[in-house]
Amino acid sequence: MTGGLTDLTLAGARAGLAAGDFTSEELTLAHLGALEETRPLNAFIAETPERALEMARASDARRAQGQAGMLEGLPIAVKDLFCTQGVQTTAGSRILGGFAPPYESTVTANMWTEGAVMLGKTNMDEFAMGSSNMTSHYGRVENPWRAAGSNRALAPGGSSGGSAAAVAARAAPAATGTDTGGSIRQPAAFCGIVGMKPTYGRCSRWGIVAFASSLDQAGPITRTVWDSAIVLRAMAGHDPKDSTSVPAAVPDYEAALTGDIRGLRIGIPAEYRMEGTPEAIVALWERGKDWLKAAGAEIVDIGLPHTKYALPAYYIVAPAEASSNLARYDGVRFGLRETGDGADLTEMYEATRGAGFGAEVRRRILIGAYVLSAGYYDAYYIKAQRVRSLIAQDFADAFGRVDAILTPTTPTAAFPLGEKMDDPIAMYLNDVFTVPASMAGLPAISVPAGLDDDGLPLGLHLIANAFEEETLFRVAGVLEAAAGFTARPETAAKA
Amino acid sequence: MALDTDTVRRIAHLARVRVPEAELEPLAGELSNILTWVEQLGEVDTENVPPMTSVVAVRLPMREDRVDDGGKAEAILSNAPEGAPGFFAVPKVVE
Repeated sequence: MTGGLTDLTLAGARAGLAAGDFTSEELTLAHLGALEETRPLNAFIAETPERALEMARASDARRAQGQAGMLEGLPIAVKDLFCTQGVQTTAGSRILGGFAPPYESTVTANMWTEGAVMLGKTNMDEFAMGSSNMTSHYGRVENPWRAAGSNRALAPGGSSGGSAAAVAARAAPAATGTDTGGSIRQPAAFCGIVGMKPTYGRCSRWGIVAFASSLDQAGPITRTVWDSAIVLRAMAGHDPKDSTSVPAAVPDYEAALTGDIRGLRIGIPAEYRMEGTPEAIVALWERGKDWLKAAGAEIVDIGLPHTKYALPAYYIVAPAEASSNLARYDGVRFGLRETGDGADLTEMYEATRGAGFGAEVRRRILIGAYVLSAGYYDAYYIKAQRVRSLIAQDFADAFGRVDAILTPTTPTAAFPLGEKMDDPIAMYLNDVFTVPASMAGLPAISVPAGLDDDGLPLGLHLIANAFEEETLFRVAGVLEAAAGFTARPETAAKA
Repeated sequence: MALDTDTVRRIAHLARVRVPEAELEPLAGELSNILTWVEQLGEVDTENVPPMTSVVAVRLPMREDRVDDGGKAEAILSNAPEGAPGFFAVPKVVE
């Protein structure tokens, strides 16, 4: 049996493998076919069919021996920010062209240990800096969705746009993403799927190309909340190689999906009602409240007074950390080297970095270098970190009164590819609803909840207190069931 | 804060990123817009507010100071754009 394999959810595929309805090799072959079929989306920087089939056959052999890990035989796409041993890892940048890591990131290693099969490396904004997937050196990614009556290509969101496009288009049942200010949740909302950012410290950052180390966090991109719970459990866990990884047991997140949210208190923050938000998004947020209320939750109005300052504070903290992290790309140890016109070492650094970084990365490095420079450090960087404390305190106060917070994921639906490229701040505003939780290190999830007037998907966003992923999944599961989102994008593998 | 092209040239040099002369001026405009926008943080009273130093409330773990890894020179050098056996190679830095 091969029909319909690419339409299966991860949970469905897991059940089919366990029942012996098909093998991992068959499941993997079906997805490799889907990868080919959806190639015009440019969702992958590298497809790894040989490795995939080798891993699938090894998985089938393990299963025959009676061994099965949590992701046994399940094909997964990996954002090209995760170092994968012997497989090129570019971070979407020219400067890492040809880099083949001699080691494996902890998160991907955890998934392979649990039996997962790697389909390939997904496209992304360069160094995870972007909200449109336009900044990748390896070309833009197209959103598999189209507005009704239009053939215009839309942005899949970013930075995990390749992962989101691949999962929405049924080229992969699940993918890894990373989220620094919204890079999992915003593309998930734009592509009509589920994107989850765990609590900072839940997943190891070891072996993930660093962007902003106090914000970066890996998480799953899937088509259902249940699948998100399955993948996160395998990704997460303490890792001594990341000193910010938390030494706490990883719960069975699937067990949290009870469908029962009676008595839970859901906060609605007044500050997220922003001027200019399209009516369809405001209306969807209202429906979300009604759905949770109907399921027995109590809706509570709350205030998060420093919300509007989260984005400007983020655009000091994240570039500052990026300018430090990206200092390592010097043309000496890996990736691109340009010698410039002199034989001088400084000349080589400047030529390599000038040629290797794209416009948005260069912008952020320079902003970061500026806000950290002598005389400006206190006024910008320390000020932003003080504001960040206030943002975290807002959430701490709110979680004294509520169990989860409901907001929209994005201020708009997917926009046409190429738009907002000449106005960095307009692009940054994509993350206005997702950045506050990032600044506070909190877990959050985007669930596809409806379509706008043009037939484009919209997401609802839930935020929970630190390490309350179980609460998050529980509420998200109820939201998903109530929304009953079944729409499919225009471009999807035929199954 | 409005940045002029000289400041952008200086920051770019500090960050070791070559910016072609013709791009300095538009870049100065973009960076100035971003800096002006983030300066709205000035509206926030942060008197007596400590800067955030740790995202989640955990103490940094300590470990014994001993070598637990190594002997991987070949793997580490495997991605070097230029090298000699056992070394990274760079342009001459001492006369």
